[in-house]
Amino acid sequence: MSQKILLDKINVPGIKTYEVYRREGGYASVEKAIKTLTPDEVVEEVKTSGLRGRGGAGFPAGMKWSFIDKKSGKPRHLVCNADESEPGTFKDRFLMEHLPHLLIEGMITSSYALGANLSYIYIRGEYMWVYKILERAIAEAKAAGWLGKNILGSGYDLELYVQIGGGAYICGEETALIESLEGKRGNPRIKPPFPAISGLWSNPTVVNNVETIAAVPWIINNSGADYAKIGIGRSTGTKLISASGHVKNQGVYEIELGLSVYEFMNSDEYLGGMIDSRPLKAFVPGGSSVPVLPANLIYKTANGDDRLMTYESLSDGGFATGSMLGSGGFIVYNDTACIVRNTWNFARFYAHESCGQCSPCREGTGWLEKVLWRIENGQGREEDIDLLWSIQSKIEGNTICPLGDAAAWPVAAAIRHFRDEFEYHVRFPEKIKNREHFVAEPFEKVKHLVSKQTV
Amino acid sequence: MKVTIDGQSIDVEPGTTILQAARMIGGESVPPAMCYYTKLKGSGGKCRCCLVEVAKGSDNDPRPMPKLMASCVTGCQDGMEINSTASERVQDARKSVTEFLLINHPLDCPVCDQAGECDLQNLSFKHGKSQTRYIEKKRTFEPEDIGPNIQLHMNRCILCYRCVMVADQLTDDRVHGVMDRGDHSNISTCISKAITNEFSGNMIDVCPVGALTDKTFRFKSRVWFNKPFDAHRECTTPGCCGKTTVWMFGNEIQRVTGRKDEFHEVDNFICNTCRFDKKEVSDWTIEGPRKFEKFSVINQNNYTRELDTVIIETEKGILKGRDQDRKKISMPQVPLSETEKEVFTEGNI
Repeated sequence: MSQKILLDKINVPGIKTYEVYRREGGYASVEKAIKTLTPDEVVEEVKTSGLRGRGGAGFPAGMKWSFIDKKSGKPRHLVCNADESEPGTFKDRFLMEHLPHLLIEGMITSSYALGANLSYIYIRGEYMWVYKILERAIAEAKAAGWLGKNILGSGYDLELYVQIGGGAYICGEETALIESLEGKRGNPRIKPPFPAISGLWSNPTVVNNVETIAAVPWIINNSGADYAKIGIGRSTGTKLISASGHVKNQGVYEIELGLSVYEFMNSDEYLGGMIDSRPLKAFVPGGSSVPVLPANLIYKTANGDDRLMTYESLSDGGFATGSMLGSGGFIVYNDTACIVRNTWNFARFYAHESCGQCSPCREGTGWLEKVLWRIENGQGREEDIDLLWSIQSKIEGNTICPLGDAAAWPVAAAIRHFRDEFEYHVRFPEKIKNREHFVAEPFEKVKHLVSKQTV
Repeated sequence: MKVTIDGQSIDVEPGTTILQAARMIGGESVPPAMCYYTKLKGSGGKCRCCLVEVAKGSDNDPRPMPKLMASCVTGCQDGMEINSTASERVQDARKSVTEFLLINHPLDCPVCDQAGECDLQNLSFKHGKSQTRYIEKKRTFEPEDIGPNIQLHMNRCILCYRCVMVADQLTDDRVHGVMDRGDHSNISTCISKAITNEFSGNMIDVCPVGALTDKTFRFKSRVWFNKPFDAHRECTTPGCCGKTTVWMFGNEIQRVTGRKDEFHEVDNFICNTCRFDKKEVSDWTIEGPRKFEKFSVINQNNYTRELDTVIIETEKGILKGRDQDRKKISMPQVPLSETEKEVFTEGNI
């Protein structure tokens, strides 16, 4: 049984309410931080913990906090990014739904560390019920004196608001989120300037994921060094993984980073193996935007080491044989799944969610989607596979925000690892007419049709 | 600060962007810019045509930047070294951006009023290719009427956001903006409202493509058949300088635009009265012919250059065709008529 940091109190009845949460030791970090620590000491503590951003990029949170411009004298803001829209990721929803006060406690402590007097939680519009939970929790916290003017008699003021987004994936990008929060169209800004210098209303702003902020109370209650002891190397602490797909026990799990993928997949404590007797075909470790990995690269890296659930091990070998931890959307496929269809589905998502600001992403994502649709529906041409490769390579790196990269990577990885499946779709259009084509006849059985023959 | 672009160095003020520095140098290394407009605050960075490679960040931090940077929004650092035309990677990126911009473009230049002064034409002439890899149906939009003076062709739009910024920064009531997202984002007033603001006509001047064109000039003439003249009038509209370019055909003013420089950016914004209502020669004081850059298609109507007769050197009698083809093979008994004989001996010229 590994250590739980975020979800250890999840089974306490009524933990959603303030009374129970407080009785279970909640808000202790706020007391400790405000009464005994200076803001810089809190930042220092988070820096020592090695906590990395849980939203996908994995940038060290303490480092991000220390970049915030304190010299300009402008008001500073902390914004919590709860616009969790990545297909396959649902950890933040789970956390906010069951432990709303943990997030609020983290927000207060982190805002104190940054010297922010006005903080926001930006939540996606589809999470309306979660929004109501958070609103109720904020009202309870305010009534108990944890928010508002002069918190704990320290002279520190903090107002915390929840803002609902319109349900756009792009508003999870931090500068687009800020634009949306300001009431504008959610277009990503051109960086530099970075939000730490000029963010919300041109004030220094830090944008953090829900899970990152929720990890702060534990770090303050214990210490950064204690947090750094959990995990391996630069991947410290615990991570919420939202598992879905063809596994026995789907759901949200808190794991210590450094757990092996094999154990996570197969132990009964976690996913409990595949859903039925069909073999594992592929998996996506971190939400739809990270590269998919084929079966032979899941448990072992390319050079034969065990694949671990860490930032480093999952990206071992670069994109050629690795992937990314991303936001922890763990999607597992057995051999009934069609990679082409899955890639098309992801491409359709990105084509729909592209903001339309910069040309490579606006036109390229739509193009990828159309070509993949043709291949999946038996209208593909042999040259389409190279065309897809060419389009994705032209989107990647040439866009304003990472959505272009996120749209390009899954397509690139699918072609890199499952090219023969694309060829099968192109060459045998009559066989893939039924959308469940791999259920009756898994690809392994028909692979010989497209494999290279030596005569 | 000293920056080097394609091997040419220039001293610039702090805060200059790479694109501005390149424009000071001029010549081949100026990156194409579809969305950046010097006079509009916050423009640029969207079309990704002006991507350049930063080979050396600055004297203090000489590491190269890993990604290609949009030159219109990247500030110069002291000692920066930039590859624009010289870099293969940049050329590739520009080619691909051009391809992306063209896949959904209707390519209706033969009926487009912007043809001849269109930035997208210039871009594709330089970086485009004559084949397409796009076999899907092009995206189209329902036509929208945005008033009596401006014609909106949304299918041609490349979403540079310039017209939105014009409305934001020149006028105080913007009624149009970008609707929807992804490849369906479009410029619209949402409720088919007319854009009637006194400075709305500048949207036509800033539009790099034929998405916004002058309705009073619609289908009247190709731009290169008109002769541009600098002209001015005493304009009473506050904020309008009255300095324009009038485009004449004979003694008729076909249209009025702002004065554009070599990067197709206007010197001064003009009001709608000057642009749409003053079409009589008596309204204007003509200053003289407007000069355009050397290779502009607009100069094609300028017959001051002497055109030499072109002589193509070939073998003698090549237009007659081969000898063996000039044999009468059907009914050789019947003699040829006089005209037929001529064709046979001289060739079918």
